[in-house]
Amino acid sequence: MAKIIGLPKLSPTMEEGTLVAWIKKEGDEVEVDDLLAEVETDKATMEFRSFDRGVLLKILVKEGETLEPDVPVAIIGKAGEDIGELLAQVEAGAASGAAAAAAAEPESAPAPVSAPESAPVPEPAVDTESSDRILSSPLVRRLAREKSIDLRTVEGSGPRGRIIKRDIDTYEERPSSAGTFSGERLPPRVVQASSMRRTIARRLTESTQTIPHYYLTIDVDIAPLADAREAMNAELAADGEKVSLNDLIIKSAAVALRRVPEVNSSWMGKEIHYHQVVDISIAVSVEEGLMTPVIRDADQKGISEISAEVRELAARAREKKLQPEEMSNGTFSISNLGMFGIEEFTAVINPPEAAILAVGTIRHEPAVTEDGIAPGRRMRFTMSCDHRLIDGATGAKYMAALKRILEAPGNMLL
Amino acid sequence: MLIRRFEEEAARHYAKGNIGGFLHLYIGQEAIAVAAADVLQPQDYIFQTYRDHGIALARGMSPNAAMAELFGKDTGCSRGFGGSMHFFDVERGFLGGWAIVGGHLALAAGTAFKSKYNEEDRVTICFFGEGSTNIGGFHEAMSLAGLWKLPIVFVCENNQYAMGTPLERTSPLTDLSIKAEGYGMMGDHLEGHDVDVVQAHLAKAVDRARNGGGPTFVEIKTYRFRGHSMSDPAKYRSRTELEQRKQQDPVTVVRERLLGMGVDESTIDDIDLEVDEALDEAVRFAEESEPAREELMMSTVLAPEGDS
Amino acid sequence: MRELRYREALREAMFEEMERDERVFLMGEEVGHYQGAYKVSEGLLEKFGEKRVIDTPIAEAGFAGIGIGAAMVGLRPIIEFMTWNFSFVAFDQIISNAAKVHQMSAGAIRVPIVFRGPNGAAKQVASQHSHSCAPFYTSIPGLYVIQPSTPRDAKGLLKSAIRSNNPVIFLEGETLYGVKGEVPDEGVEELIPIGESRLARPGADCTIVTWGRPYYTVLAAAEKLAAEGIECEVIDPRTLRPLDTKLMVESVRKTNRCVVVHEHWPYGGPGAEIVDRIQREAFDYLDAPVDRVTGLDVPMPYALNLEDKVLPTEERVIDAVKRVSYAR
Repeated sequence: MAKIIGLPKLSPTMEEGTLVAWIKKEGDEVEVDDLLAEVETDKATMEFRSFDRGVLLKILVKEGETLEPDVPVAIIGKAGEDIGELLAQVEAGAASGAAAAAAAEPESAPAPVSAPESAPVPEPAVDTESSDRILSSPLVRRLAREKSIDLRTVEGSGPRGRIIKRDIDTYEERPSSAGTFSGERLPPRVVQASSMRRTIARRLTESTQTIPHYYLTIDVDIAPLADAREAMNAELAADGEKVSLNDLIIKSAAVALRRVPEVNSSWMGKEIHYHQVVDISIAVSVEEGLMTPVIRDADQKGISEISAEVRELAARAREKKLQPEEMSNGTFSISNLGMFGIEEFTAVINPPEAAILAVGTIRHEPAVTEDGIAPGRRMRFTMSCDHRLIDGATGAKYMAALKRILEAPGNMLL
Repeated sequence: MLIRRFEEEAARHYAKGNIGGFLHLYIGQEAIAVAAADVLQPQDYIFQTYRDHGIALARGMSPNAAMAELFGKDTGCSRGFGGSMHFFDVERGFLGGWAIVGGHLALAAGTAFKSKYNEEDRVTICFFGEGSTNIGGFHEAMSLAGLWKLPIVFVCENNQYAMGTPLERTSPLTDLSIKAEGYGMMGDHLEGHDVDVVQAHLAKAVDRARNGGGPTFVEIKTYRFRGHSMSDPAKYRSRTELEQRKQQDPVTVVRERLLGMGVDESTIDDIDLEVDEALDEAVRFAEESEPAREELMMSTVLAPEGDS
Repeated sequence: MRELRYREALREAMFEEMERDERVFLMGEEVGHYQGAYKVSEGLLEKFGEKRVIDTPIAEAGFAGIGIGAAMVGLRPIIEFMTWNFSFVAFDQIISNAAKVHQMSAGAIRVPIVFRGPNGAAKQVASQHSHSCAPFYTSIPGLYVIQPSTPRDAKGLLKSAIRSNNPVIFLEGETLYGVKGEVPDEGVEELIPIGESRLARPGADCTIVTWGRPYYTVLAAAEKLAAEGIECEVIDPRTLRPLDTKLMVESVRKTNRCVVVHEHWPYGGPGAEIVDRIQREAFDYLDAPVDRVTGLDVPMPYALNLEDKVLPTEERVIDAVKRVSYAR
């Protein structure tokens, strides 16, 4: 039976070979292990010796051709055998091989997958400076987990400040911090500063050190605004909604920014950016410190909308569930300490904003009116301004505009 | 013939990638394995180097099990755990192909030791190449076997080349059998291409061991028609030398002797056909068998304890 | 219980097993007529004769290989290396043959052989005679490696090793042969299971894992530490391969700290393997890194003052325990 002879792998790593010379000719007798041809591989010129005995009936590949292992190179069989079928097989194999190769081509070049736009990596909320690592033994970490001990509050006595089991034992035995005066002077309680604290410290220090702050104060008759609020709430009562005075102040401040847009700007070194939107950052007090969610387009939203948004954002701020993009890129800030009874205060600007408005408490005091002295409700507003952007006159212009709106809220409709 | 064709098929499948690692072919040396199988008794022990397909088949291993082992299948004689170099067939006393040069001679002396310890009618025959005669393992095994007169026959298959190095470059002696005297045992040397001649000499050595006469070191001059292994293009010997040696092909010798004895050519052709078919069957069997089993890998590191 | 020396315990084990099973024989240099280089096999030749107690020429690869071959076909040899340093000559037989044949033959051939002999430093015998060989053998799948510290463990484990169907590396100690310890009474058969650790000394403050000669150094150090209020729990693995870490992990759960003390060199070996397993299996219970006291990383010098420094000392053990306890 004649057989198709394929190019063998002449070394375990052979990927292709060039048939440099046929030693046997068509019609020659072949014994097992006879030299058929010489094949050049990447390593060396190797001998292709026959595994079969018979007559070399047909040579299928010319000298000089480069091929991969298994490609048919010859047919060996008995003298005079009919090899038509085998030849057809070889043809078909070559054709399908070529087709397969052609088909494989486009397949093998994978369609470039458009990489999905990766979401911009938000700035990690936690500061991971290595110098702030708390060293502790694995045992200690487990105990801390189980006993809900904050390792930042434990002093480590092991090497390099490692917290070891003894320290946990000592920690648990310590007298309660609200202890009675025992006559002993205790050293300060050491706590590792949280990342929020560290961030606040860094930003506000930077702000006071680099921004030339000056302050403008107005004393406003807040009665009209307070009355307006009451009226609105009476309207909203049917829907179970309420708005606060602060919501109205936010809206007023936003509208005022539209009227004195120079205040709605940012100092960018060589450039000044005059913002085309009014995004108000609201200072919200949380357990660990301060967060500033942003009300976007505060000038365009209704009071109800602002109110709902403020409530929602503040709640999430307290739960630490705000997204970074909800806390950044405001154009103006408002801070209200009125609920604590503060009459007036000066706030620190949040760069790159140009100003921050500090809102005081309602003061019930006698007011001078046209008709003499009457009980009045007054409120002081102090704006801290960045003198690089806002000159005194501009700042004053803004405060005047704000006062006009606050004392006659209908002005907002203009 | 079976051995010859088996080795040729193995070579083909190694080139195809079905067989991996090392493959050492016995082509040209068949007379020795066949003669040995003839003189040994079923209870005798056999040790061989990594060039072990010949003796395994001669001793009666089925080509199916042998080919399947080369293909790394579960139906292989070592269930895929040995490969070409580590055929085992314990039932037929074939205690392994071994890969470290000279490493198995002491083992063979050990099985001979046990035969003597238990006073059994049993001989161990241990094959190795002439390249093993310099290493420590050879010396120590020969020393102890000679000292204790163990029932063993050491057969040195001197195929003239230790991998690529001819004997003249590794040994001060060309007649290795005289080493036997240094170990206090009988020595013998002969040409190995005529199976009847080999049979006669081995029979003497095996009988001697069996009858308490102690070990014999038999050096058999032979020749391998292929390289040391599949990776060896054997450029260290000349074309002429190989052609000359092929004139003394053990298979041809037998063929001609049978014809000379009056056996019909067609009978010989029939045998050839039978062998070809057996090989085709062996390859098919190997291809269709399941691969070596992973569970067996963990469970065969150590033998189970108990019943001792 | 009665008191016996370590070498006597080994001798009894071989005696009993050879009486019990005809297939067991002893082979090695000077084991017969010389009565054993360290007198472990004293009296065996008289009892069992030359067939079963066989003196060999100096040819470790040869007689180790013969032992393996004989084991492959049904005998149960005990091959004695005069010291384990000489096993290197037979390394190929042990690693390439004994450890491999069961798997290469897919379970058809077993190798029930015991290689035994003294291991480790032996007082001023210098570097070529002082190897602590466990690390060379414990990484090999297919071998058991046993290193008993006490006479009782030596006897019980040698008996188990001889009855095992697998090749056993049995590491004794020249400086241990004279140590006395309790063993079961005559006629009481005790087979100690291969692959089981033993609690040698209970304690709540620090776990120490140790074996071999340093076992005794550790016990002495533990007494000194106890006087200072640190109670060490000492665990002897006895078998190094397979390694039983159960007791060790349980102990570390209690004490939260561990020191491993061994004679072999620091790079790798069962000492490092124990540290690896403890850090993985008892991670959440560790109050300090697992520490080690080892033979110093040098070839053993001849001079006694230096040898004493190289081997684990009581001082180094005490220091290590105090270090992991953060003792002030």
